[in-house]
Amino acid sequence: MMKMNPLRSRRAEWLVTLPSLLWLALFFAVPSVIVLAFTFHGHTPNGGVGEWSLSTWRELVDPDYPVIVWKTIRVSLEVTVWSIVLALPCAYAIARMGRRWRSVVAGAIMLPFWTSFVVRVFAWKTMLHPDGWLQACYLAFLRLRAWAFGWLPGCGGQVDPASSTILDSEAAVVLVSVYTFLPFAIMPLYTAAEKFDFALLEAARDLGAKNFYAFRKIFIPGIRQGLISAILMVFIPAIGSYVIPQMLGGTNCVLIGNKIFMRAIQNRNIPHASALATLMAVSVLIPIACAMWWRRSQSARDRKRLDAETARLMTGGAS
Amino acid sequence: MKRSYFSLAVLGAVLAFLYVPILLVVAYGFVPNGISMSFFGADGSFLGFTGRWYAQLFAGHHAVRALLESFWLSLTIAGLATLVSCILGTTAALALHRWRDRLQAIHHALVYTPLIMPDILIGISLLMLFVACRVECGFWTILVAHVTFCVSYVTMTVLARLEDFDDRIVEAAYDLGAGPWYTFFKVELPMLLPGIVAGGLLAFTLSIDDVVITSFVNGAGTNTFPTYVSSMTKHSRNLPSVFALSTLMLLFTCVLVGVSKLVSGRRPKGVSNNTKKGK
Repeated sequence: MMKMNPLRSRRAEWLVTLPSLLWLALFFAVPSVIVLAFTFHGHTPNGGVGEWSLSTWRELVDPDYPVIVWKTIRVSLEVTVWSIVLALPCAYAIARMGRRWRSVVAGAIMLPFWTSFVVRVFAWKTMLHPDGWLQACYLAFLRLRAWAFGWLPGCGGQVDPASSTILDSEAAVVLVSVYTFLPFAIMPLYTAAEKFDFALLEAARDLGAKNFYAFRKIFIPGIRQGLISAILMVFIPAIGSYVIPQMLGGTNCVLIGNKIFMRAIQNRNIPHASALATLMAVSVLIPIACAMWWRRSQSARDRKRLDAETARLMTGGAS
Repeated sequence: MKRSYFSLAVLGAVLAFLYVPILLVVAYGFVPNGISMSFFGADGSFLGFTGRWYAQLFAGHHAVRALLESFWLSLTIAGLATLVSCILGTTAALALHRWRDRLQAIHHALVYTPLIMPDILIGISLLMLFVACRVECGFWTILVAHVTFCVSYVTMTVLARLEDFDDRIVEAAYDLGAGPWYTFFKVELPMLLPGIVAGGLLAFTLSIDDVVITSFVNGAGTNTFPTYVSSMTKHSRNLPSVFALSTLMLLFTCVLVGVSKLVSGRRPKGVSNNTKKGK
């Protein structure tokens, strides 16, 4: 008779599962429910949580909040676009290197993480001092940004060097956010590019495709899984960004994260903080749901294509 | 190829972009003027480097006492959070690997969701829990928060290690009469150890670097190193000391990684040499 593995029993499963399950239920699931519940309460003047009511959700229409939500999404999109644009050539270049160089450069990209994040942001803050040499670079960046994103409401317009200080501006937040999240964009793209068959690009060129055309039509679709991960890896933390706008954005770049902190810690308006947190969770979950749906539809399409191919081969083999 | 040169140029620029702030962190640790954070005097003359900030750190000067206290608090919390999250993460990974039922589906969702949520949401929801339960924020709330976000990372790292695991070894241990505890400590744990160590290192790094979650649950007066630094005013006198301390941390990590690379890189070479000799 087969010996029963004692760890396969139901009791053992509960025993092994319970520690982490309880911990995460108590400190992650329950708090999330509390946040949601607090949004359906009013707030009391002394910083407490009032009676059940819909007043918090009604107050969110306050012109202040939609502007901040839109600004957060816009800044996050900008950061994502810049990160991907910079990360794509990097991932391509690393993947085309020899094995030895590849691991060295990939390591070099992650190395900045060994310095404390806040300290790096502080180094930027010192560098971005209004008298610093970065002012010139900053103005160039500002002109490029106005050119690239001028069509988005609130991003365009003329660049005025006199009124554009580096610190305490939205551009400083975008710049340092790109700096912080860039490695997170390069890594998934590089992992995908490493598996990519570069002979396909040679083939496209042999068939007369221009370099950039081949890059766009063969390379980008070939690494799309990595591209989706890279976009999420940048967009989600950018939405939740709080330290960078707080330290470098001043009063000109207050994002949802800062507003949540202000409401929760400074004004002690717990229901408002909860409602903003709920809004943030929604704006993070939408792109994740889209990516999951896209992945599922892609795999369904691939399967269908594979079935058709198999059927063709089988009928071809039969005839 | 034209394209390749272009991408290499971008890569070079990006590496420079990533490293300039790091080099500045190291340089500012030797800055002579701690208020203007400048190496140059008012007349434009070069003032040279100073080891004053390092001396202050090593002497435990009263000016850097709060900084050093926050640093030790960070180390303590990171150490404890790593320990607890390694235990919880390992059991979680074992459960997720061994069983595939509805309970584990819920368990997996609970482990996975914190990974995709922005830190600030974990911070605010824990703060709400502590507010609802009327818990005073301080050392223990920081520790609980750190364990909560570290558990998921440890679980995922250990789980990845378990995927390459030959389950028949465990079955064999049972068939040979070993009990569940004996099997765990003598068979599973030694094989999982590299995964647990990797997960623990990740947890330690995340915990010691966290500022967002900590700043929600630290209460008044309890500062870890990152929250202390982020609460400093623009050009506080302690700024060069912060940069000096960061340089020391960077140096320590580099040495640690270099040694571990050397140790792990040497072993396969030695093994191949031995087999060659054997042949």
